[in-house]
Amino acid sequence: MKIVVCIKQVPDTTEIKINPVTGTLIREGVPSIINPDDKAGLELALRLKDEFNAHVTVITMGPPQADAALREAYAMGADRAIHLTDKKFAGADTLATSHALAGALRQLEFDLLITGRQAIDGDTAQVGPQIAEHLDLPQVSYLEDLTFDGKKTFTIKRAIEDGYQMLEVDAPCVVTVLSNAFKPRYMSVRGIVEAYTQQVEMWGFEQISVAEEKLGLKGSPTRVHKAFSRGVKASGELYEVEANEAVGIIMSKLKEKFIL
Amino acid sequence: MDKTAYKGVYVFVEQRENTIQSVSLELLGKARDLADALGEKVYAMFLGHNIANQTGKLIAHGADVVLCADAPELADYTTEPYTQAICQIIKEHQPSIVMIGATTIGRDLGPRVSARIETGLTADCTKLEISEERELLMTRPAFGGNLMATIVCKEHRPQMSTVRSGVMRTLPEDGSRKGEVVKVTVAFNSSKFRVKLLKTVKEKKNLIDISEAKILISGGRGMANAEGFSKLTDLAKTMGAEISASRAAVDAGLIAHDRQVGQTGKTVRPDLYLAVGISGAIQHLAGMEESGYIVAINKDKNAPIFQVADLGIVGDAKQIIQLLNDRLKK
Repeated sequence: MKIVVCIKQVPDTTEIKINPVTGTLIREGVPSIINPDDKAGLELALRLKDEFNAHVTVITMGPPQADAALREAYAMGADRAIHLTDKKFAGADTLATSHALAGALRQLEFDLLITGRQAIDGDTAQVGPQIAEHLDLPQVSYLEDLTFDGKKTFTIKRAIEDGYQMLEVDAPCVVTVLSNAFKPRYMSVRGIVEAYTQQVEMWGFEQISVAEEKLGLKGSPTRVHKAFSRGVKASGELYEVEANEAVGIIMSKLKEKFIL
Repeated sequence: MDKTAYKGVYVFVEQRENTIQSVSLELLGKARDLADALGEKVYAMFLGHNIANQTGKLIAHGADVVLCADAPELADYTTEPYTQAICQIIKEHQPSIVMIGATTIGRDLGPRVSARIETGLTADCTKLEISEERELLMTRPAFGGNLMATIVCKEHRPQMSTVRSGVMRTLPEDGSRKGEVVKVTVAFNSSKFRVKLLKTVKEKKNLIDISEAKILISGGRGMANAEGFSKLTDLAKTMGAEISASRAAVDAGLIAHDRQVGQTGKTVRPDLYLAVGISGAIQHLAGMEESGYIVAINKDKNAPIFQVADLGIVGDAKQIIQLLNDRLKK
């Protein structure tokens, strides 16, 4: 069984700046982590590796520093790592991102393709389903649990607002995983040591055979028109008083507003 | 692309077990505003099985035309049949704007459709308006939440967005509104139906919907331990309120995700929102800032929650909640 996990390196602070010219994110210099949903997805892959001896490939698209995310995946137990990086991919919205990833994934064989439900920087939850569409594969999003029959069929628990669905789908397919579904394992010490001797394959535009106009800023139908800080609402009243007095103020205000 | 060929504001109407979801009625209300600004019509894309008796409700809430696809393949949501139906409507009708509720269904369907059509999709919008150039300006919290971003989709049509539930206003039901119902027959390619729905299970966890509550008492990191939450629960009992929480409290395992307020939780608009020990990250503010009256209690006087609070109290939240509860009980 072969599994590919798409992971994204995301900033773990909110100190992000915007390029005023292109309206795109400036990621350089911001400390980064593996996106939590993706890390849960990697854990699912590694559990299937433990049980079914699956081969696990991780792939990421991003700037040179995204290498660290792939090393971490190696240290957790991934077997192969691919780093998709090229100036031509920069400034992509979800559609252009999904085209680039789909282009790379067409070069790989897999029974299961795993992505996170959404990345904490963009919060769109679009790239997984868009990849599935480009590759003409079935998708199950919001995955909470998955069992494999050892041959070709996955039974999947999918979260919905008021409960869950049980779904059945044959390999190959695409799933998007919720971060609370699987608690990621720690990196092993040996894994960390070996992670830096293992090879990360660098793939660029030449490797993926996708038309240039579908990639990067050029291939992005959506643009940031403007980005702005949130306006401050006309300030209410602020009191810094001892607790008894504070309670008195709250009670009198709520009575005034007819809430009590 | 000839953008003038694309007209109309289209809303995907989500039903679950043939119950129209409230977010869809909210979207029809917003679509009405946008269509009026453009001088165009509102179309409801209504997919399901044995649903034809509910089209009047959509017209009464703002639709001019209901495109009704009634087929057994559409009885329960799965990605492929719904994507085929929506894509067929888009190809035949050429909408200018397509709006979808940002539910677990909408966030599955939206990107699949946008990739098949090859157009732009903006996620989880909180504000939609029409620009002077007649383009859709889609505003959403972005980039870790410290910024709002307004997104445009200039050269591709339709302009697609998913929209948070609870953000847009439902129009009052108006039975005198007139509209047209058009039957849509979908030419399904069933060889692509590869995901089989075995069963749908409802869980009790969501019986209480915090977005319906009149009074919400919401706990955050500052109350994120069992003792703090039991104090909040006591106060909620006294006040007849519901408990909600920020992400910090959900992550700490003190409360279920369905009670989370904010960008990745629910948007709420109670008469009173009492924020206790919540600093007010932008993701949280996005979910509650429209509340009728906001009271915030926090020990840090620089906490951003105070920027949206009508009444702010700087102090020890646990002590104040205890005292408030004692006083109210008297």
